[in-house]
Amino acid sequence: MKIIEDAITINGKGLHYKDLNEKIEEKLKEGYRKIKLININGQRYIGAGLTFPEREIEIYGTPGNDLGVFMNGLKIKVYGNSQDGVGNTMNDGEIVIYGSAGDIMGYGMRGGKIFVKGDVGYRVGIHMKEYKDKIPVIVIGGTAGDFLGEYMAGGRVIVLGLNTEKEENLCGYFCSTGIHGGLIYFRGIIPEYKLGKEGKIVEIEEEDKKFIEEHVKKFSEYFEVDFDFIMEKPFVKVIPYNKRPYGKLYAY
Amino acid sequence: MLREGEIRIPSACGLIGYINRKWKTSSGDHIISAMTVMRERGNGLGAGFAGYGIYPDRKDYYAFHLFYENIKAKEETSEFLYKYFDVVREEKIPTRKVKTIKNPPLTYRYFLKPKEEYLEEEEISEEDFVAEKVMEINSKIDGAYVFSSGKNMGVFKGVGYPEEIGEFYRLEEYKGYIWTAHTRFPTNTPGWWGGAHPFALLDWSVVHNGEISSYGANVRYIEMFGYKCTLKTDTEVITYIVDLLVRKHKLSWDITAKILSAPFYSVIEGMEEEEKNKLKALRAVYQSCLLNGPFAIIVGFSNGIVALNDRIKLRPLVAAEKGETLYVASEEAAVKEICQNPDRVWMPKGGEPVIGLLEEVEVLV
Repeated sequence: MKIIEDAITINGKGLHYKDLNEKIEEKLKEGYRKIKLININGQRYIGAGLTFPEREIEIYGTPGNDLGVFMNGLKIKVYGNSQDGVGNTMNDGEIVIYGSAGDIMGYGMRGGKIFVKGDVGYRVGIHMKEYKDKIPVIVIGGTAGDFLGEYMAGGRVIVLGLNTEKEENLCGYFCSTGIHGGLIYFRGIIPEYKLGKEGKIVEIEEEDKKFIEEHVKKFSEYFEVDFDFIMEKPFVKVIPYNKRPYGKLYAY
Repeated sequence: MLREGEIRIPSACGLIGYINRKWKTSSGDHIISAMTVMRERGNGLGAGFAGYGIYPDRKDYYAFHLFYENIKAKEETSEFLYKYFDVVREEKIPTRKVKTIKNPPLTYRYFLKPKEEYLEEEEISEEDFVAEKVMEINSKIDGAYVFSSGKNMGVFKGVGYPEEIGEFYRLEEYKGYIWTAHTRFPTNTPGWWGGAHPFALLDWSVVHNGEISSYGANVRYIEMFGYKCTLKTDTEVITYIVDLLVRKHKLSWDITAKILSAPFYSVIEGMEEEEKNKLKALRAVYQSCLLNGPFAIIVGFSNGIVALNDRIKLRPLVAAEKGETLYVASEEAAVKEICQNPDRVWMPKGGEPVIGLLEEVEVLV
């Protein structure tokens, strides 16, 4: 396909999500490398199920719920806040949010990356999963709400807490409840009482450090935050105690 | 048609509310445009609005809004109302024909005051008397339903999408300093005019997204205080619990929020001694007022609004502020539709109330 280098702008004012998403797909199929969406307010499912690696959508405004749901290869940048369900069951691609994001971000995510400059809501990373080299990653610049990484089965979450001095504020209560796979990294040490029963805090190892550095580097480039400043503070990780925490619960 | 409790239709809802703390009014079409952004949150089976400050010329009278299913219900209710109240005005609520709204009930409103002789005879406060008579109509007169009964406020609701209901009631003709709105995707129960939100009693109005699994326990408790739950829906019981805790027991909003969305004992254990004892006492005394299950509610009243989530935030709620106006909504986009550059946008935590009050009023917070 012939790629069109000039960006095309779509005005979302008053446009229903169905029409907007059809237009986006149409323009990507025509070969546009970059689409600018302006006046977006509440339109749901932007980027849903699309497979266009190397292409980019820029969003100005507040996209609606389930941004990038089932997405399979596309880069989305949001210049504003996002609502609930960002990256729901996302398979590949990248979402970069220059504001904050809502609840259940990365729900059942199985691949791709999400970077958020600000805070995120409740239940972020709930039931993320991984398979072999397909490992989803979420990087949060601010803090997370309760139930971060709930029932997490795979993938990585990195919480930087750049907007808080207090380490106890890095996440809400019941972090990692039901976790049985994957890892959550914190910049700073979170107190034990913030954790659910199934997670435990341990020190990071050399390969963790490499992984964190790689992603913090990207984060610092996207949001223009000094890399060395972020890395000054030590990280810890939360791991699952057990791969099958409920294995015996229903077995008999 | 099957009513509440006879059929189950699972699903979600959308809400928004705002208050101008300096008493500046806006007309009802303003809030309608915010609701249209959240169209996907409803399905046309129920929508409604509450406006405060809308009847300034008759602000000392209770404004009763009534649905009648037939003329007989109207005759019976009128007789009842004129017996117990001084009615200064009775009129049809102005409506217009909307193509998509089929078979609306008769809608009437009455501006009234309880007759002094009854208050003296029964040794009862004016508000208790009014609440009692509202319950009596709703539970005893077949085909009649009081859906709004406060002073200088009114609820407008029915079966349809928000913009249709707004058009039906000519909402643009009302001006208020507090507005709340709801679009409904009926949970478990069918859509009918009385079952739409907001639910109201006296000047309380409640819009609600979610479903309360503690309904049975809540009802058993609240009925001990004389409240009659006639609709079998969870939003009605929330309205009565708020009335009991705030109006009758005179509890602050902060305490009320901690009763409705009580923190887990495991969280309480980690608190400072004084706070720990206080919360344990509240949980013990008001155990039956805990609303269990997912919810986001906006409570409207004469002096302000309070928005609250369940303790683990199973329903969305966003707050925003621009100068003297406070907004709360299910989605940020709804706020942005009517306020493009808020000074601040934040997501309240589960169980943490967002309180907006009019200036120069005294409210316990």
